[in-house]
Amino acid sequence: MRNIFKYITETQLWKSIFRHDYEDTPRNRALQILGNVFLHLHPARITRLGVKLKHTWCMGGITFFLFIILTVTGVLLMFYYRPTVADAYWDMKDLEFTVRFGLLLRNIHRWAGHLMVITIMLHMFRVFMTGSYKPPREFNWVLGVVLLVLTLLLSFTGYLLPWDQLGFWAITVGTNMARAAPVIGHEGPLGEIIGTTVYNDLRFALLGGSQVGANALLRAYVWHCIGIPIIAIVFMAVHFWRVRKDGGISGPL
Amino acid sequence: MENLLKIVSKPDNVAIIIMMVMVGFFVFFAFFQALKNDRKKASAKEEKNKLEKEKIHTWPYLARKEFLVAILVVVILLAWSIFVDAPLEEHSNPNLTPNPAKAPWYFLGLQELLVYFDPWIAGAIIPLLIIAGLMLIPYIDINPRGNGYFTFAERKFEILIFCFGFLVLWIFLIIIGVFMRGPGWLWFWPWQEWDPSRVVAEINVDLTQLIGVNSRSTPGFLIGGSVIILYFSVGMIMLYLYLRKKKPNLLHKLGLTRYLISSFLLWSMIGIAIKIIMKLTLNIKYIWVTPWFNI
Ligand code: HEM
Repeated sequence: MRNIFKYITETQLWKSIFRHDYEDTPRNRALQILGNVFLHLHPARITRLGVKLKHTWCMGGITFFLFIILTVTGVLLMFYYRPTVADAYWDMKDLEFTVRFGLLLRNIHRWAGHLMVITIMLHMFRVFMTGSYKPPREFNWVLGVVLLVLTLLLSFTGYLLPWDQLGFWAITVGTNMARAAPVIGHEGPLGEIIGTTVYNDLRFALLGGSQVGANALLRAYVWHCIGIPIIAIVFMAVHFWRVRKDGGISGPL
Repeated sequence: MENLLKIVSKPDNVAIIIMMVMVGFFVFFAFFQALKNDRKKASAKEEKNKLEKEKIHTWPYLARKEFLVAILVVVILLAWSIFVDAPLEEHSNPNLTPNPAKAPWYFLGLQELLVYFDPWIAGAIIPLLIIAGLMLIPYIDINPRGNGYFTFAERKFEILIFCFGFLVLWIFLIIIGVFMRGPGWLWFWPWQEWDPSRVVAEINVDLTQLIGVNSRSTPGFLIGGSVIILYFSVGMIMLYLYLRKKKPNLLHKLGLTRYLISSFLLWSMIGIAIKIIMKLTLNIKYIWVTPWFNI
């Protein structure tokens, strides 16, 4: 047995994939992190406090993990979903009744989305309570606020996609706010000065029309599945990079 | 009671119950740790800091925790998804408006503000102020203490303000929006049946009408405007004078720009709370009525 193992781990193929062996040495512990593109988001060594659950609550990590779950389940859902007025609702029904594990897939995606909104709020609360936005981490907090807004928008655009009464009216109520924006909303104050109407205001831009309809469904879909995730990934990459560049997880100076 | 059960067991509202439990727990946990740290003696703190600053290997000490947490999250999500199905109501119908029509739960705090403010404030100005205010926190909070650990004693004022915003103006308003608002966005206690035909005869008045001045007249316009402008300017000047007397060093370090921004944000937050109370107790609709906008 040992011989076989030894033979395998000494082949050129194995060595080309795994750059170090697995004996428990400090060097290998570091290489385990540095030699793995996913793990090397981490530093090889980290303060004792940074590892403690009671310090970070792992909330940022959970938020990121939920984002990954949402990406995987979201891509799977895209196989079954068409963003058109004629199909969208019935595709949801199909997911429920004909696709094997379709309902479970949809449930995971929905609850993970809700949970992510909760964990991101708690992550922000933790960062505030440990004062971790103070110098030198000011800018990472700003990036975090951008991520918070993006996360809310992700959840909001997804709400419309089932094309049922719940989503339809939630989006109608939500985008009615845009109608009232000063200057760029047609019901908001001061809109007259630049000639804002129902057909050119902020709400029209969001919905691609003056009502929630086929265009709004397509826009929500594209923003939800492609636009916002790409923007969020870019901001997350910078956010994680900054955690390290700003001196790692915060701690008493 | 039946109605309460109906609201609570709506699938999307399960998420809000989970949010309430988690927020409650973590607020408790944060203050628990903060107060515990504050009680520690300086020498004990120093010793602990030295130990905690020591570096250890990410593999396995952090990585294993992350994997465990990931597994736990998957287990919770799976259980949740097996026991509660995502909602799917009837096919959308633009001609059939549900009553009440509610935004997704995380925006219900803002929707609740529509009771107290015109949409351009509740839906545009306040969200912008929240986003800008959050982004500005690191730049207006110049207290260097409490950086990287839980404490309350070293930054009481900041923590109180933030918790007021987060817990009262955000979480609490969401809870009201979810559980207390029924048809017509009227107030229903959780044990009351939602009665769609209920009307409440509510006579809204504008502030100046309390002293007998028509809010739509020129004097009304002038008085209302002065109230708003005086509220902010007097508030900001009084706070300035107070700080100059009691904490001149702080004020000096803060500088004029930071002071103006932070006191404006502070008085806006307090103003929102005041307007909510005025509406609930005196039925005041507008403080300032102008031809272009109303506040
Ligand atoms: C998609 C959303 C987000 C993700 C995936 C994310 C992820 C993370 C992770 C993994 C960390 C490492 C420490 C930890 O787990 O707590 C972190 C730290 C941090 N995050 Fe976030 N975050 C997000 C949103 C936010 C928000 C909304 C804020 C604040 C407004 C924020 C501010 C910070 C700051 C200042 C740090 C450094 C904390 C320290 O050094 O103790 N992040 N983030």
